[in-house]
This record gives sequence, C-alpha cells and structure tokens, in this order.
Amino acid sequence: MASVRVEGLEKSFGSVRALNGVTLDVPDGSFFVVLGPSGAGKTTTLRAIAGLEKLDAGSVYLDGRDATGDAPAARDLAMVFQSYALYPRRSAAQNIAAPLRARKASAAEISAAVEKVAELLHIERLLQRRPAQLSGGEQQRVALARALVRRPHAFLMDEPLTNLDLKLRVEMRTELTRIHRSLGATFVYVTNDQVEALSMADQVAVLKGGQVQQVGSPTDVYERPANEWVAGFVGSPRISLLACHVDGDRLVGDQGWSLPRPHWTTAEHGRPLRLGLRAEDVSIERRGDATLPGELYGLEPLGDRTVVAVKVGKEILKVKARSHFTGTLGESLSVAVDLDRAHLFDAESGLALATTSG
Amino acid sequence: MAISSDSAVSGTVPDDPPLRRRRRGRGGAVVEVALLTVLAVGMLFPVLWIIQTSVKENRDVYAVPAKFFGFSMTLDHFRDVFVAPAGGASDLSAAFLNSVLVAGGSTVLATVLGVPAAWAYSRFNVRGKKDQLFFILSTRFMPPVVIVIPVFLMYRELSLINTHLGLILIYAAFNVSFTIWMVKGFVDEVPGEYEEAAMLDGYTRLQAFWRFTLPLLVPGIAATAVFALIFSWNEFVFAIFLTSSDDVRTAPPAIAGLIGGSTVDWGLVAASAVVYAIPVLVFAFLVRKHLIAGVTLGAVRR
Amino acid sequence: MAGIEVSALHKRYPDGTIAVERVDLSIRDGELFVMLGPSGCGKTTTLRAIAGLERHTSGDIRIGSTLVNDLGPADRDIAMVFQFYALYPHLKTKDNLAFPLRAEGVPERQVRERVDEAARMMQLGPIMDRRPGRLSGGEQQRVALARALVRRPHAFLMDEPLTNLDAELRADMRTEIKHLQAQLGTTMVYVTHDQVEAMSLGNRIAILNKGRVEQVGTPLEVYDRPASLFCATFIGSPSMNLIDVEVADGALRAAGGLVLPAPPGLPRDRTLIAGVRPEALEVTAPGADGAVPARVVSAESLGDEIIYVVDHGGSRDLRVRTEPTVRYDLDAPIGLRHSGATTPVYDASTEELVA
Repeated sequence: MASVRVEGLEKSFGSVRALNGVTLDVPDGSFFVVLGPSGAGKTTTLRAIAGLEKLDAGSVYLDGRDATGDAPAARDLAMVFQSYALYPRRSAAQNIAAPLRARKASAAEISAAVEKVAELLHIERLLQRRPAQLSGGEQQRVALARALVRRPHAFLMDEPLTNLDLKLRVEMRTELTRIHRSLGATFVYVTNDQVEALSMADQVAVLKGGQVQQVGSPTDVYERPANEWVAGFVGSPRISLLACHVDGDRLVGDQGWSLPRPHWTTAEHGRPLRLGLRAEDVSIERRGDATLPGELYGLEPLGDRTVVAVKVGKEILKVKARSHFTGTLGESLSVAVDLDRAHLFDAESGLALATTSG
Repeated sequence: MAISSDSAVSGTVPDDPPLRRRRRGRGGAVVEVALLTVLAVGMLFPVLWIIQTSVKENRDVYAVPAKFFGFSMTLDHFRDVFVAPAGGASDLSAAFLNSVLVAGGSTVLATVLGVPAAWAYSRFNVRGKKDQLFFILSTRFMPPVVIVIPVFLMYRELSLINTHLGLILIYAAFNVSFTIWMVKGFVDEVPGEYEEAAMLDGYTRLQAFWRFTLPLLVPGIAATAVFALIFSWNEFVFAIFLTSSDDVRTAPPAIAGLIGGSTVDWGLVAASAVVYAIPVLVFAFLVRKHLIAGVTLGAVRR
Repeated sequence: MAGIEVSALHKRYPDGTIAVERVDLSIRDGELFVMLGPSGCGKTTTLRAIAGLERHTSGDIRIGSTLVNDLGPADRDIAMVFQFYALYPHLKTKDNLAFPLRAEGVPERQVRERVDEAARMMQLGPIMDRRPGRLSGGEQQRVALARALVRRPHAFLMDEPLTNLDAELRADMRTEIKHLQAQLGTTMVYVTHDQVEAMSLGNRIAILNKGRVEQVGTPLEVYDRPASLFCATFIGSPSMNLIDVEVADGALRAAGGLVLPAPPGLPRDRTLIAGVRPEALEVTAPGADGAVPARVVSAESLGDEIIYVVDHGGSRDLRVRTEPTVRYDLDAPIGLRHSGATTPVYDASTEELVA
C-alpha cells in the first residue's frame, strides 16, 4: 500500500496550467524525489499533498485513505519550506517545539523530543538563538528539526538545499540520506537539481509542464530515459543530440557523418531520429570503428576531467576527456562512439526508441 | 556614456558619487542655499504667522503695519482656548473632546474592519480581486464634499444628524478603504509561509494568523491607524454639515465658527489652531518613515 | 595593448566595512580572466572599481597603459554586462544595441554596420524588433552581450551574467561566451561565485576571500595545487579531502594507515594536512594490494560516476570518486588505496600550502 498517492491532479493559476493530470505513487519508507525545472509543477504537487493548494481536480490519498478534503493540520504531515519559514520571533527551540505544542503535548514530552532531534541534527548549542542569529545552514537544520520532531505520516521537502552554498549542499545531501535511513520514514523531496535527485533518491519522478515524464530509479532515469527531454535534463554535462536517420545498415547524420547502425534498434529506414550521446560514452582518446569527425570548438577543464566541445557540422557534441587534455581551437578530431550505450529518439515526438535485447 | 546609463538602469547606486566633470565651485552651493531658504520661508509663512499671532498681545495682533518682530508675548489666548471667560471649561474644550471621541472611534472601527479584509485580500485568490480592490480605492478619488448632500438626507432619515455615531460611521467608511489598501501592503510583506508552516504544525488558519502573522503587522497597523486618525481629526466638511449643537460639534467647525460677526478674536483662533494641530504633528512625526510608503502605495515593484 | 593592472586596491565604505582589503591583479591582454569567490569576498567591488562605478579608497588601476583612477566609466573604454541584463525596457532589441553608439555620436551608417555584426555574432536575427519584456532570459542575456560587443571596447567586464539563467541555458551560454572571447581576442574580466563556471571559462582564475586574493593561476594549477585550505575546498566538487598526516619514515602517514608520498622540503615540527582529490583515491576489495581497511558510510550514484563516503579511521570521512560500475553496499568493508600521485600539503595553523 502506498504511503502517499496522488491521482489525476489538475490545478490552474489563472491561465497557467500548473498541474495537468499528475499521478504518483510514493512507496512507504522511500526517498521519493520529484524533479523538474522551475514551473514544472513540482512545488504545486507537494503543496497539494500538504493541503495548502486547492485542486481543480484529482485526489490525494494518505495511507490508502482519501485525504483530498482534509485541512493541512489533519493530514499528519511535516514540511520543510524552501525559505525555511522559521517563526522570526521565536527561538530555535520554540520553533522546533511548535508542532508538538499545537497538538497539545505535555511540556515534558516536548522538551524530550526537542532534545532528541537537536542531537540528531547537531544543533544543541543553537537552541536558544533566534532565526536571525543563525547562518543559512543552521536555519536549514532548525527547519529540518521542526519537521522531524514528530513522527508524521510523511515528510515533505520543498527544495530545502537550494539556498545553501555548494559545499554545504554536498554535506547536507549526505546528512539527509543518513537521516532518512535511520528514520525509515517516507520522504517526498522536490528539487530542480538533478544531481540531488540522482544521489539521494530511491525513486525519481521527472516532471515538466505539469505532466509526469518518467518515474523510476535514478539508474532507470539516467540510463533509460523515456524521452529526449528527460535525457537532456538528467545528467551533466547535458546529453548531446545529433539529427540523423537509418539508411540500411548505417546511421546517417544530417551533418554528413555515418556510423554503423546500433544492433539494438529496429528503427525503420528514413525516419527522422536524434542520436543521444552522453559525454562519458564518447571519447577522443580511445580508438574505435564507430567514429565521428569534428573540430575542436571549446575546452572546459573541470579539474578531474575536461569537457571538450566538438563541432560536428553545425551541431555540438560534448566529450569527457582526461583532466589535462589540451588542444587548439579548430583542430580536427575523431570522436569514438560507444554505440551500445547510445540513445535514439524520434525527432518529432522526442520519445525514446525501443531497444531490442541481443 | 553607455556605462553610466547602464548603471542607472540596473539600479546600482555607488556610495561615493562616480567621477563627474566639476562644473561649478562653491559659489553654486551658496545660491542653492539662498534659493531654498526663500522657498522655505514662502511656504511656511502662513504657519509662522499663525504661531506668532497666537502668542501676541491683542494690540499687536491688530497693529498696522503688521509686526514681525519686537512684540510682547502672552499666553492669554491659550488660556482662553480652554477656559471660558466666566470660568469653567470653554466651548472649545468640549469641541476638542468631541474630536477625540469621533476620530478615535472611527479609527478603531476602520482598523477592526480593514485589517481582516486586507489579510484576506493578500492571502486568498478572491475572484475579481483586482477589480474589488480598485473599487475600494476609487472611493478616495472623489472629494468627499461631493456626497455631503446625499449623506445628509440619508442621515436625516436615520436620525443620525448631530450624533457622534453619525460622524464615526462616515469617517470609518472613508478610512476603511484606505486601511485595507495600506495594511494589505504590509501583509504582502509578511511571507504567507509562516501561516502555512503553522497549519502543517497543526494550527488552524486563524490561529496561525493570530499567533505568527499579526505580531509582525503591529507597526504597519499602527502607522495605518495614525493616518486614519489624522484624516478624521482634520475633517471639516462632514463635521459642519452633519452636526449643529455644541455638544456634538468637533473642533474644526468650532474653530471656524470663531470667525465671522463684527469682531474676530484672531488671537484665540490662532491659538486654537495651534493647539489642534499639535497632536497631528506629533503623530505625523511618529509615522514619518511610513508616509512615503503611503504615498507610493504599490507603485514600486520589488 | 589592453591588459589591466590593479595595484594595491583597497576599498573601505564610510561605515567602516572593508570590501577589499588588498587586491593585486595583472590581467593580460586578450585573456579571459575570472574572479571567483563566495559572496562578500570583494570580487564584485573590484570589478566595479575597474569599471569606475565605484571609487576605490586607495590603489591604482591601469587599463592598457593609462592610469584610470580619476576617469569616469564612460572614459575608460570598457563595456559591462550585468547580472540583471539592464536592457532599456522601452527600446526594441535593435535600438538597445544601437543606443551606446548613438550616445557616443557614431555616424548612423557605422551604427547600423556594428549592430548587424553584433546581432550576427549573437544570433539575434529573429528578435531584433522585440522589446525586452517579450524576450526570454537567455535572449535578454544575448542582447546584453551584443550591446557590450557593439562598442568594441578594450575590455569586457562581466558581473555574474549567467546566474539568473537555468542550468541548461547557463551551460550553453558558457560555451558561447568562451568561444566568442577566443574569437574576438578582447580582454574579458568575469566575476562568478560558481567554481564550475570559473574552471570552464577562465584562462586564469583569481580566487578571492575576505577582500584578498588567495591564488591566481590556470584552472588546472588552481585545481592541482591550491595555495590554501580555502582554495582547496572551494574548487572542486566534491571538495578536496583533507587528511591529518604526520611525517614518518619518509612518507606522510594518516591515522588508519593510509600512506601518501611525501614531497621534498617538508617543514618539520608542524601539524600538517594533506589534500587528496576524490579521484586520487580508489575503492577496492578489502585486503587488496596496498589498500588500507575502511568502511562505506554512504554512496551517491551520479549517473556517470559514484561518490563513496568512506570511514578510514581518520578524523574525517573521505570522499572517493569511482566509475559507476564499482558497486559496494553500505557498511561494507572495503579497501582504500591512494593513487600515489603527489599531494599538496598544508600547514594546519596557517592553512597555507607548504609543499
């Protein structure tokens, strides 16, 4: 039985369609990430689960029960807001205690619970401070503590790491995963950062324009994207797409290149396609029989690797190379392609072509 | 050229002024100060004259040519504002008390009605919200005097003529539209997320508003209330038309009533005006920071 | 010749805050020079001082060979691109581009030529007649760049121009800006807080912290040999592992058994910290040759690689970068091995590079 389930959610704000038939099944105890660019409808979905947004259509089920009409207070959920929403006139301890105080817990229960969660998040010495006296990272922990102080049905998180600097974000990712593991609770986590989704999620739901594009494990979404858009959104650097079509036993590019037809596809002759290549599946240094000709367009030395932009005709192909790779702009290059790991998409619909095994 | 225009458009303001060709020297500053002084004296002259008149002996008040300097001061006029010639409280002091009652009552009423309305408009997507808000604001577009006669006729039917309640109601009606507009601006500044977080914590929306949002609105509500108070305090037209007897009449018509007839006690008029103006000046000083907000209301988008 | 020289720049606000403590920069002609640092480090203040938008308290700024301390922004022959585009909202794109030239009194025929050239370079053909209100963020940024291009200045100054774009667009625009700068050969000074952006764009990077320059170097120099612990942990994601080590038997030894090669010339009697990049470590089966015992604390699978957080018995857990095919369970015992490459070593108290 799913811990949280939303069915056919529809919501418009004026003329803007924020949710266009969103259905999601969040398994009990999973770390479920809702991923998408801004405007995709992921925050609206989360707020619908919380009861903060009135739906035009659709239902919200919590533990099998229809909670669509329930007030937020009655849904037994906890939420961490992107802006943390810490009560400015209350101390950290009072903020954390708020959910318990609202539910009329005893003073003894409250202080015990607050202490315990403060230990879990290493904020014991910050309890008497007010939010204005805390750094961004500390505020974030207090917001988390306020959510964790009870044992609600599920935890909702709205881009909680967005306002933190990179280093802190990387640290908090590990923290959140650790906390999730030790609690075993259901987390519904919203983000626009695909790295966060890949690194933390048990399951990822990718949203765009108020519609679910794909749901699966991080590996599913990364290695078997359902469409071109998902392939481009997940993974950094972005997947390169080259226009092409099948011609007999070759894959012929619009820019004039030619590769052997991948054995795993049965695409018919002439159909406009796009070949998707991830930067790590192509190489300038390795040799191969499937190669693309191009010229050096740009170099991005990132420290542990260099991303080489190669111009193939009018299109750009990004290639992952070793960290000390150098070259001159305009020099001719030959890029080896690992066709087993390539992707093919229908040029019109953007849908991924089915792969045949063998 | 493009750089300075760019910086102007991007809104960045350097602390030290960017380098500019120096065109005028110290002479320019002197001319500036002289011009501003002349302007200030011109604008403030009526005020200065009234203050002077209120402390002049009667013979100096009527002196021809008028005396600006070298007159003897007296506080007799101020005494006359509060004390009747025969002893006991003057009629003016009753009028002042009426003003206090009416202005205070209408402000409280406008605030109690306006604040929840402002909050509702800020937080909820009411259908036709923009139109409703415009309509509410539009009541302030016309000069109040335009509807004095219809209101008078209406009040006559309702027996509200010459009552404190009558004035309180009409002032509240004018103030509530302004209160809604101004307080809504303050509520907009307080993120709705506090209430949402409180609701998820387990409070109802009303409890959330009361506990977490309202305390943050107190300065804004206070500033708005002061504006409403100032309007009611200074109001003249409705006061004159809707009241007739001394026990209901507020101060503005009472002071105006001192003028007319064969002789006018200008000293008393001036002193009354000064006494009546002081509370307003004090309040205006208290809310000086918010005066700008009130004027630009919504014109500046963040 | 339009290199930029900044000498002993110091900026103090009237209320006493010091935005720039001391900055010395030697920017070469035709270079794409990046100033990188966290917010408040002084990079934007330095850029604005170079532009002439802010008066610096002391120090000299030279553009080309001209001392520009007392020159207004208009007289410095530079063009600036802001984070918030700063396009004139009431002008169409073509007029936005023409504005700076018309303001300078350039003859109309030349104005049109230069506008067409810039529009071609930034591919603005289809949007020449639109106003900023009807342009997307990326389009607005391209127009802002084109407007800087038309002036053919001695140098471009860019203040975090890509921060407001979404990730996809940012990556594309980065490649375009880098390519454009290389084509034009004009000096460009670029400010950002995003270290990936700095690494991928800059010919050289200056890392600023608390109003001072901590290091200047090429991306790889700054990555391989950071000059201080701040630089070491600021560049690179996940950040460099910091391992407490002691010199013993000609090598650096960490608690837990990890052995690292000791560079020559190490000072004695100082607490040392070795900086090891995640890709310089390897996760192996337990007991493998040259590996010390360790335990997997957590794993982040990022698609094209996996980052393992590993407990090796030291004071801090280490992050190890591996191929996605290397899979270990949580809490699994593993072997941890170092690649043997030289590691930068830091003094624990001064936080500076010592070897």
